[in-house]
Amino acid sequence: MSDEERTGPAAGGEPAFSPAGLTARDIHLSFGRTKVLRGVDLDVPPGGTACLIGPSGSGKSTFLRTINRLLEPDRGDILLDGVSVLDGDPDALRRQIGMVFQQFNLFPHMSVLRNLTLPLRRIRKLSADEAEETARRQLELVGLADKAGARPGSLSGGQQQRVAIARALAMRPRVMLFDEATSALDPELVKGVLGIMSDLSRQGMTMVVVTHEMGFAREVADTVAFLDRGVAVESGPPEQIFDAPRSPRLRRFLSDVL
Amino acid sequence: MDVPATLWDSFFDWSSMREALGDMVTTGLPNTLILSITSALIGTVLGLLLAMAGIARRRWLRWPARVYTDIFRGLPAVVTILLIGVGLSQPAMELWGPNPYPLGILALSLIATAYIGEIFRSGIQSVEAGQLEAARALGFSHAAAMALVIIPQGVRRVLPAWVNQLIALIKESSLVYFLGLAAGQRELFRIGQDAAANSGNQSALVLAGLFYLALTVPLTHLVNLVDRRLRHGRRRDGAGTDDGDMLLLTGGPPVPARGEEAR
Ligand SMILES: Nc1ncnc2c1ncn2[C@@H]1O[C@H](COP(=O)(O)OP(=O)(O)O)[C@@H](O)[C@H]1O
Ligand SMILES: [Mg+2]
Repeated sequence: MSDEERTGPAAGGEPAFSPAGLTARDIHLSFGRTKVLRGVDLDVPPGGTACLIGPSGSGKSTFLRTINRLLEPDRGDILLDGVSVLDGDPDALRRQIGMVFQQFNLFPHMSVLRNLTLPLRRIRKLSADEAEETARRQLELVGLADKAGARPGSLSGGQQQRVAIARALAMRPRVMLFDEATSALDPELVKGVLGIMSDLSRQGMTMVVVTHEMGFAREVADTVAFLDRGVAVESGPPEQIFDAPRSPRLRRFLSDVL
Repeated sequence: MDVPATLWDSFFDWSSMREALGDMVTTGLPNTLILSITSALIGTVLGLLLAMAGIARRRWLRWPARVYTDIFRGLPAVVTILLIGVGLSQPAMELWGPNPYPLGILALSLIATAYIGEIFRSGIQSVEAGQLEAARALGFSHAAAMALVIIPQGVRRVLPAWVNQLIALIKESSLVYFLGLAAGQRELFRIGQDAAANSGNQSALVLAGLFYLALTVPLTHLVNLVDRRLRHGRRRDGAGTDDGDMLLLTGGPPVPARGEEAR
């Protein structure tokens, strides 16, 4: 890792994170009678980055939510470092998995700082001082130290999303999930958020990234999976997915978005 | 006698007002405040519980909440007050003697609970689903997510409607007069009415009205102020402020500092 990368989002005083390997096996999920996921597999080694692409409604968000059990799959298994997570306490699992949403979902009734310190105190059980120190350091790493006292609503979308990333990282997750983290942003703000995400990937975080940013996927992903109608139709390294797509559906999708 | 002067005397006869003023200040006002503040507190606490039952995932909690709300919002306040205040007066007599206040407050509280419950429920349900999702994704339990994230936001959004309900309570507290009040138990309306009957003009009732307005008009403006603040956000953010993102009833005790590192 080169020198300038030490200023990335997870660098700084805290010891580096310990990324987990993530495996999803044959995930099925229905809402009522609508089958949304019909056997999705994904394998991300520790420190790897997988990008999920696919048309709207194909089940990308749903799949992501099964990984931290915001949704429980009907069938299949999720493994963290080879151990199934479906039997244990979902809250304990979620402590190890950070999630970033399209709409940021910061808590608007608290300051930016408190958005970070509240879960640090309540869930990581840090003291008030430790929580504040950790939170401020994490905010500094996403370039928003000066916004600690602001309400989320007074920040730009890009700043809010960086706070949301800082809030997730402050919990020291071993896996990070991103659900279209830049889709709600004005175009000029996208780059800053993608920059933080690629720094994080380069620093060795295990990441699953749902994105419409094909440039990002090509550059940052180790694996790209194309989801269509609840099935991972094709997956592989970015060069294969983008330069030599095999399935007609993927080819059509790429010609639509590129 | 000319008509305007008679009309004026019938509403604004100063000597009748002056005569009633003492009782209003020393008896009527405190009693009205006792009735409305007590039932506002009880109604707010129970209303929050009712709201939570109304959005519970379990049907056996939601269903009774629904029925309760329908009944107590659907009945005229005076009917509820009479049914409870007269209907339960026998056992009440044995518990605390001939005091209509406990049952009057109970009836007012039960009515307020239904309205405030609906207000809180609509506020809580208006909070975006993403908020609960984000809190759960961080590792908060459902209860903690509700107490720390969802309910404070939901309640804040409906504070103006809640203040309106307090105004309604102040006015409805006059209805306990139907339960029969001893001299010292009379609230503003009853004192005004008695004095008006004695003096033969309505001036004392006008004075009672002025007392009600003195209570409700500031609250009305408070509604507007709160509403404006909620709309435009406020400017007093200190970084670490604990501005009530914990609600009294709903959160567990704060976790003491431990400083253990999760690894
Ligand atoms: N809570 C839900 N209840 C019912 N249907 C849902 C729910 N969430 C998502 N769906 C449906 O599941 C399908 C996949 O949705 P989603 O995973 O959000 O797709 P994507 O993220 O790829 O756009 C869509 O058809 C959507 O309407
Ligand atoms: Mg989606």
